[in-house]
Amino acid sequence: MPFNIISASDTAIVIEFGDAISQELNDKVLAADAVICESNLSGIIETVPTFRSLMIHYDPRITTATELEAALLPLVDSGQSKGRKTSTWQLPVCYEGEYGPDLENIANLTGVSTEQVIHLHTASPCHIYMLGFLPGQPYIGGLPEPLHLPRLSTPRVRVPRGSVAIATGLSTIYPYESPGGWHLIGSTPVSLFDKHRPKPALFAPGDSILFKPVSTTEFKAIEEALSEGEYTVPCQEVTS
Amino acid sequence: MTSGLKVINPGTHTTLQDWGRFGYQHLGVPVSGALDLECFELANALVGNPDNTASLEILYFGPTFEVTQKTIRIAVAGYGTSIEITGPEPARYPAWRSLDLVQGQTFRILLEGTSTSAYMAVAGGFDIPSTLGSLSTYRRAGLGGQQGRPLQAGDTLPLSDSNSPVGHNVQLSLPPYDPSQPIRVIWSIQKDWFTEQSLNTFVSEPFIIQPESDRMGCRLAGPEITHKETSDIISDGIATGAIQVPGSKQPIIMLSDHQTTGGYPKIANVISADLPRMGRIKPGQEIRFAVVDVAGAEQIRRDQHAKLVRMKQNLDPVSEQVGIDLKVLYEANLISGVVDDSE
Repeated sequence: MPFNIISASDTAIVIEFGDAISQELNDKVLAADAVICESNLSGIIETVPTFRSLMIHYDPRITTATELEAALLPLVDSGQSKGRKTSTWQLPVCYEGEYGPDLENIANLTGVSTEQVIHLHTASPCHIYMLGFLPGQPYIGGLPEPLHLPRLSTPRVRVPRGSVAIATGLSTIYPYESPGGWHLIGSTPVSLFDKHRPKPALFAPGDSILFKPVSTTEFKAIEEALSEGEYTVPCQEVTS
Repeated sequence: MTSGLKVINPGTHTTLQDWGRFGYQHLGVPVSGALDLECFELANALVGNPDNTASLEILYFGPTFEVTQKTIRIAVAGYGTSIEITGPEPARYPAWRSLDLVQGQTFRILLEGTSTSAYMAVAGGFDIPSTLGSLSTYRRAGLGGQQGRPLQAGDTLPLSDSNSPVGHNVQLSLPPYDPSQPIRVIWSIQKDWFTEQSLNTFVSEPFIIQPESDRMGCRLAGPEITHKETSDIISDGIATGAIQVPGSKQPIIMLSDHQTTGGYPKIANVISADLPRMGRIKPGQEIRFAVVDVAGAEQIRRDQHAKLVRMKQNLDPVSEQVGIDLKVLYEANLISGVVDDSE
């Protein structure tokens, strides 16, 4: 399996598996991540998997880039972990009215009807490549070709929490209100990050999401149920 | 009423910080933590706290507190910083020492020197629960600290039970801090995305720290750093001290609250031993970069750590003499060159 190990700083090395956004490369990243996490190598602080590379943060008072590289080469080469558990989530998303403020514009830009945009976005489960930008924020693949759009030319100063957005061939969901330059297609009432949960982030890298369209009424009912602690996102666990 | 430290004036940006929140970056949670981990640890050492006890990070204009507990011991670590006791019996004490205060006393932290930051530790620490293993404040997601945000007037910070002063007060003697030394970097993973000429410019020309800098990133202005083709990369991991260059061609140095991943090419990375200095740097100040190799940077960090350990082991008892404090004058640059060697 071809890969490069390079230093990003004196506290981090990066294993690069390629230079593209593809599930094949991302699977290699996640497999390497799993095997490195199981290894408990001395001096590693934590790992951060991204689309096509894995960052390994280390403590230079305990180990060095040279030592780590020597230890990691055979591990990553073998690439066999005990098997990863991933989840497929059915995430409720409302595409109506104020919840999908850019839906009409997306339809205009792509030349398909709004119904077809929603249909394309909800057709099949989509792979989560990585989390980043904000706590719990997923970068999601599987966006059908007709919905591939560049970022907005002028980013919004404020994107509401829970917004589901598309750009550059990916989907994302904003866990907090923040600035953002993606097209807002819908909104989910579900909280993606909650410090009080035993697992604070809902998703993990490698999970999948099936966007499930809900009406404004259903959105509000789920929002209500969530505040009462009476709603959990439907989810199936798979061991690969 | 909760007893502890009452915030009379919060200062510009005062937050609880510790080493940071580790193990959650793969979920998109920044590490946060003290910008200047060296001063942070020295403040704790001066009050006898374990290294990673959360303390107050004070940026720019310092806060004012009232002691609402019988007695407390504090210490401030920061270049050109002092503690001013206000009220009927005003007094001024230098940083780099521990100091006992009693109920009803009001004091403020003054930053007047070469640094924008200082750390105030309280013996025994703050009685505030941690979030995901750390007390470090990360404002954007409301994690850690005092309700996930900087201090506000009217807050009372509860202190741990074990905070009564024990034993002699201690002090540290430090060489003055020289902000003009270049910041050392290693080349980073997207070095090849930049033109040869820009790489030369980066290490030979000065850059100016911009006022929009914050705990997330230090923005620089200077000569243009040009990409060979594009400034868009496929998002990848970010280490603290990463120097990103977006389409504006002006570098940004990623600090403690930086995002875990990013989509701009990284030309270089500040070595970990020089990160504390990035926490001291002032807007308007000029900086230059000097390149070292990775093995060199790792060795510099280990040497620096050994030096820090020695400093923490060599604290002197404070001699409680009243009078002009030469050290404060020296650090505030009010006098130069000659300092009484009995100091």
